[in-house]
Parts: sequence; structure tokens; C-alpha cells
Amino acid sequence: MAEDTKKIKDNKEKSERDEKIERYIELLKKYGIIVALILLVVVISVAEPKFLSPKNLFNVLAQSAIYGIMALGLTFVIISKGIDLSVGSLLAFAGIVAASLGQVSTATTKYFPSLGELPVLVPILAALIIGALLGAVNGGLIAFTGIPAFIATLGMMTIARGFTLMYTGGKPVSQLIPGIKFLGDKIGPIPIPVIIYGLMIFITWILLNHTSFGKNIYAIGGNIKAAEVSGVNVKKNLVMIYAFAGLTCGVAALVFAGRVGSVHPGAALGYELTAIAATTIGGTSHTGGIGTVWGAVVGALILSVLRNGLTLLGVQAYWQQIVEGVIIIVAVIIDMRKNAKKK
Amino acid sequence: MTENKNILEMKDIVKTFPGVKALKGVDLNIGYGEIHAVMGENGAGKSTLMKCLIGIHPQTSGQIYFEGKLIENYNTAEALKIGISMIHQELNPVEFRSIAENIWLGREPKTKLGLVDHKKMYEMTKEVLKKIDLNEDPKKLMVDLTVAKMQMIEIAKAISYNAKLIIMDEPTSALTNKEIKQLFSIMRKLKEEGKSIIYISHKLDEIFEISDKVSVYRDGKYIGTEDTDKMDTAKLIKMMVGRDIDEMFPKVECPIGDIKLEVSKLSDRSHFKNVSFNVRKGEILGVAGLVGAGRTEVIETLFGLRTRMSGQVKIDGKEVMINSPQDAKVNKIALLTEDRRLNGIFPMLTVFQNAFMANIDKYVKKSKLFDHKKATEDVNKFVDIIKIKTPNIYQKIENLSGGNQQKVLVARWLMTEPEILILDEPTRGIDVGAKAEIHRLISTLAGQGKSIIMISSELPEIMGMSDRIMVMHEGKVTGIIDNHKDLTQEELMLYATGQATSLPNN
Ligand SMILES: Nc1ncnc2c1ncn2[C@@H]1O[C@H](COP(=O)(O)OP(=O)(O)OP(=O)(O)O)[C@@H](O)[C@H]1O
Ligand SMILES: [Mg+2]
Repeated sequence: MAEDTKKIKDNKEKSERDEKIERYIELLKKYGIIVALILLVVVISVAEPKFLSPKNLFNVLAQSAIYGIMALGLTFVIISKGIDLSVGSLLAFAGIVAASLGQVSTATTKYFPSLGELPVLVPILAALIIGALLGAVNGGLIAFTGIPAFIATLGMMTIARGFTLMYTGGKPVSQLIPGIKFLGDKIGPIPIPVIIYGLMIFITWILLNHTSFGKNIYAIGGNIKAAEVSGVNVKKNLVMIYAFAGLTCGVAALVFAGRVGSVHPGAALGYELTAIAATTIGGTSHTGGIGTVWGAVVGALILSVLRNGLTLLGVQAYWQQIVEGVIIIVAVIIDMRKNAKKK
Repeated sequence: MTENKNILEMKDIVKTFPGVKALKGVDLNIGYGEIHAVMGENGAGKSTLMKCLIGIHPQTSGQIYFEGKLIENYNTAEALKIGISMIHQELNPVEFRSIAENIWLGREPKTKLGLVDHKKMYEMTKEVLKKIDLNEDPKKLMVDLTVAKMQMIEIAKAISYNAKLIIMDEPTSALTNKEIKQLFSIMRKLKEEGKSIIYISHKLDEIFEISDKVSVYRDGKYIGTEDTDKMDTAKLIKMMVGRDIDEMFPKVECPIGDIKLEVSKLSDRSHFKNVSFNVRKGEILGVAGLVGAGRTEVIETLFGLRTRMSGQVKIDGKEVMINSPQDAKVNKIALLTEDRRLNGIFPMLTVFQNAFMANIDKYVKKSKLFDHKKATEDVNKFVDIIKIKTPNIYQKIENLSGGNQQKVLVARWLMTEPEILILDEPTRGIDVGAKAEIHRLISTLAGQGKSIIMISSELPEIMGMSDRIMVMHEGKVTGIIDNHKDLTQEELMLYATGQATSLPNN
């Protein structure tokens, strides 16, 4: 009798210990990406202490802001089992239109010569509306014609880039009003792009985790049939998802214009791939239904820490590219194991 | 006026899909507080009729009156709003989301700010789960649940809509007796509250136990409606199939040979322990037990789908290591999985591709090219034998009725001509006529000297087909019993509930 109870107790303790170990493994799997970021920071700052200076750190953050913001929109898209290849072009188009509405009155080549100087709200709204509208067109195409997201947004990528070139005849738009330049400036030591990024992270996080829109995104990506039979308006939600992704391009476009001080038609070429990479490294799964906001943030940070660090260390650009590619692949391999059915 | 008596009247419903006329003008009338069984062979059009009702796809023609009002051009969201909910034949979990999020999808409780009120959502979930007697954490992910539990969540979800009419399309095909009893008591409670239920199932005993009325359909046509009291099994089968079925379990006696497979002290990490049994050539070993008994886990481990912790497997007396399904295939073991949706079918591929998927090697000619002609012949042969209802074998399997999808999977594994065939719930969701055909095929295979392990939650099937029966309870084998005429379901249940054991405790 006593022996039996002891045995049961031993067994219980053993299984409790097993559970504890399992929990640690779970935690490591869940937050492994953060551990990777910290390791990266440690290694780089040991090799090059300059990396850790506040100025450089803020610089890293500001650098990650542009594609980081787009990665937030892409998080929605990819969780819903879609893809958006047009974000770079949308940034360029939204940016160039905003810039043309935000030139100083004394600009040498003024896009709207008779316009004078408009309040900064005008270019800001223009960028946001253009981004969201073209994004909604993406979503509408996917939802109502049923063409794959890859095709719809590939088309939009080319079309929006074409519009951008056509808009200025291939010329850049510069000499922007202080209101726009302010968006790329600093308050004290803190770059404003970082503040905007922070705000966007917060908004995205609320949307994804605390609204029914967020729940619907996961359901559409996780099991679109389940969403349909539960009465979720899948088409409307798809339009909203891509419109939000477009909106993030508008925000990113303003940050871009602020930081660079001008927008040229070839701006943000290839940014879509960087943003997709950031989202993917952060653990958002292309099989749909899985992904987090903080994952996209950490993914964007890993990329910018890597770029900044390797540049500081004097590593040549082609090596940076190779390392980035390897990281993307490794991150996805780790992730697939994490999400494989627990057996 | 009938309007006062009936909550639902469906009149002359026609539904056509490209190339298929699934419903050819059928009726269905449901009274208030009535449990109404809808019966018919696989592909008769039951699910299609229900999908018209819940607004998943509109009928081609015909009218639907709900509470006396004609309802037209509506979608699922509106159907749910006016008080119709449905448990779907195919499980629809959002796998990597929580139980709570699955149940309240599309209608999450909100705070004043319009944000999702998670606290309230978890509380509401707990309440709903209590109603169906399920003790699970609302935050648990669906992917971590067993198929049976997922099904119980679907049931909880359908109930949580507080609908006036609940459609249950084969809710019990993934459940075992205990949960079925639970479901029935829930159904009776709902009925007392004046709610109506449409109940679809291929298990005749369930129909007689729970339903007030039965409507029967065949080939998209309405055959008739009767009070269940005035029905008997033979009459019901005749209405469904259009002919008599002489034998449900056509088991042929055949000589049983040497031991083919011997499993000793097999354990995995948490689901089962020290499982030992053997199967002989020409023998059918039935495996019975309640849900969670570890039956599926045992055979999935045996098949190399799960990691084994300890134990030994011998085939023909020689020890073998099976660590992956490929190893199992090399050793000529085939497995028909329990859940077709998650593990079995390739929804986007055709019936043909799904059927030969496990047999590609068999149809490679000397020239290394695929022998399309022979594969087509073989698939067509099976389509005929087990009566797979499909316009042709190049139809996407997704477009077949649930039972017919299952039949394609059965065909896939029978085609592999394995030495050891493991069947996990082989006749789940399959109509009586086809069931008898599948039983006949299994029996024929045994007659050819193959060894067969068959898991089933239907005791009559186990008792009608097996030579020996292994019963499991909570991860342990409680009995391996020779099947004989006097064996009763009650006796088996004693083993299945752990109240009896015929083996020394280990
Ligand atoms: N989307 C579709 N496209 C083409 N044919 C379809 C589609 N859905 C159903 N069918 C066909 O309609 C017929 C009726 O199917 P349904 O699913 O209603 O049968 P069922 O009575 O529910 O059968 P089971 O008992 O197997 O579930 C079948 O022949 C099926 O192949
Ligand atoms: Mg059906």
C-alpha cells in the first residue's frame, strides 16, 4: 500500500519534471527568434563596440522602420495565406504623389507650379489614401475574381511602378516642405521614424489580437472553410487585409520621403522582398493561420542589425546578401519544426 | 395550416453542380421540437440539401420556408442569425487557434470600445463546454485536441448559437459510445426546450434510439417520411437502398496460419504502455475501446507515424525496425487512417490520383513510364465494387460526398495488396449497402492469407468481423478475447471500461 503510493508519487514527480523540461523547450521554440536577435547583437558588439552607441542603435531602429512598417501589413497578408509583392511599388507611387503635393513654393522643378505650398496634411492624406486604395484593389481582385494573390499583386507591382514613372516622366521630386522632412527628423535623440514605427506596431497589434478583424485574419488563413461556415464575410475581410497592407505602404512612403528628402520613381525597388523576409524570419507562416506582430518586428530588427553590423565590420555587400539569404532559410526550417504537429 | 406545426418546410428543392444533378426536386418538413433523421446512401444528397438550407450554396430552384416565412438569397451569416446552425460533416477547425476563438469565430463578444472581450469569451466558452461535459482549457489550441474532442467542440459551437433548428450532419462518426450517449442527452434536452434537430447518420441503431421521424432520400430523390416508431431496420434499409441486404457481415471462415506480426511491450511516451499482441495470417484482429484508449496511437506507432519509446515488433519471426511509413511500406504494412480530412485525402486531386497514390510503384512499367491504362482499369474496378458514386474517376475528390471520399481511401489501401492491413474505422460514414461490400472485401483479403487489424467503435462490426478481439482501456490492453457466438456487447464493454481484464497486470 505504502509502496504503491510512493510509486505513484515518484511517477508524478517524474512526469512533472518532464513537463517542466517540455515547457522550457516550448518557450525556447516560441521565443527562439528573440534569443537569435540577442545573440546577434552580442556577437556584433563584441566585434565592434561602436555598434552599441546610442546613436548607432537609434540609427538601426530608424533603418528598420521603413520595411518594418510594411512588414506589419504583410503580417496580416501572410497570416491570411496570401502574399503582397506590390508593397515596394505602392510605396514609390504613394511617395511620389505625396512629394509632388509637398514641395516648397520655391522649388526649382515644381511638379504643380501653380499650387504654392499646401499644408502638410494634404501630402500625408494623399499617401495614406493612395496606399489603402491600391491595396483594396489588390484585395478586391483576389476576393472577387479568385485569382491567386501572387498573380494579382505581381500585376499591381508592375502597374504601380509604371504609374510612378509616368507621373513624373521618370524624374525625381525633391525640395520637400519642412513638414514632410520633419517625419525623417529627430526629437531629442529619438528619430521620428522610430516613433511612427512604434505607433504602427501598437495599432497593428491591437487590430490583430483584440478585434474580430484580427480573429478573422487568422481564421481565413488557418481554414477558410471554417471562416465561411461561421458566417465570416471572407471577401470583405480580404479587401480590408490588403487595404491595410497598402496603408502601411503609405505610412512607409512618408517616412521614406522624410528621411531621404526626395522621392524618385525607382524608390523602394525590391523592398517587398525585404519586408516579406522580415515577416518570414519573424515566424509568420506562409501556410497560413500562424504569425505574430512582434515576430515581424524582431524579424525586421534582425535584418537591420545584420546590415548595420556587417557594414560596421567592413564586410562586403555580397557577403551580407548571402548571410541574409541563409538566415531566411534557416528561420523557416526552424519554424516548420515548431509548427509540425506535436506527436 | 401546416405553418403552425412546422418550423421548416423545404419544397421541391433542385440543386445542380456542373455535370451532377445532386437534388432532383426534394421535400423536407420539420416540426417544432422534433428530432428528424435524414437518411440515405452515400451521395444521396443529404449534405447538399443541408448546405442549401444553411446558405452555403443556394438551391437551383425550390422554396425554403422557415417559421412560415419564405427565405431567399441569404448566406450562412444570415442563416445563423435567423436561428439555424449546423454541425458540418467535415471537421472545420482553425487548427492553430484556441477552442474559444473557434467557437466564437465571427461573433466574438466585444467590450464597450469594440475590442474583443477575451475574458468574457473564455468564460462563455467554459459555460458552453460545461453543457457538453467537456473539461478543457478554452485557451488550448485545436491542433492539440483529438479528433473526437474536436468534434465535441463543433457540437458545442453549434449549440452555442442558441439556434431554433440545429442541423447535425454525421456528428457521431468521430465519436465513441460514451460521447454519443452524451450527445443524445444534449439532444433530448434541446428537444425539451422546443428546439428542432435534423439528424444525419449512417448508424441505424442511433436513428431508432433518438429520432421521432425519418425522411429517406435516394439518388437525389425524395423517397418518403415515416414516424420512427412505425419503422424497422429492414424497412428502412429497403427505403434507402431500394433492395434487401441479406448479410451485413459476410465473414468467410478461412484457415488461420502462422503468426505474421508480433508486437511485444510496445509503449510510447504518454498514450499507451506495454501493448502486446499478435496477428496470424488470414486472421482479422478487431480492436475495441473507448475514445482515448490509445488504439489509434498504437497502430500509428506501429506504422512509424509516431515515435515509439520501447517495445519490439516482429514480422514472420524476425525483428523489424519501423520508424517511418516508408519502413512500414517496405514491410508490406498498409494503414487506412482514422481521419480522412486531416491525414487521408488530397482534396484538390482527382478520385483517380487519390486512389493510386499509395501504389505508384505498382504501375511503373519496364520502360519506367507510368502504366496509365492498368491504373485506370484497377481504379475503375474498385469504383464498381464498392460503388463509389462519382460522374467519372477524374472528378476532384473534394466534390464527392463524405462517404464516397472514404470509399476512395479504402480503395487506395486495398489496392496496395499489403501483407498486413491496418484499418482505423474503415466504414466510418459509409452507408449500409457499401459497408457490407467493404466487409466482404476485407473478409476476402483475410481468405487470401493477409493479416488484418481493424479498429472500430461499432461493436457489431467488431463482433461480426473479427476472429479475435483486443480491447484497450486507457492505454493498456485489458483483454484479447476469442470471438464466439455467445460474446455480448456488454461483456466487451466491461473490458473497454476497465472493469474486467483477462490478462495479468503489467
Ligand atoms: N461541390 C460539388 N461539385 C460537384 N458535385 C458535388 C458537389 N458537392 C456534392 N456533389 C455531388 O452531389 C451528390 C450528393 O452529395 P452529398 O454530399 O449531398 O451526399 P450525402 O448524401 O451527404 O452523402 P454521404 O452520406 O456520403 O455524406 C454526390 O454525388 C456528390 O458527388
Ligand atoms: Mg454527407
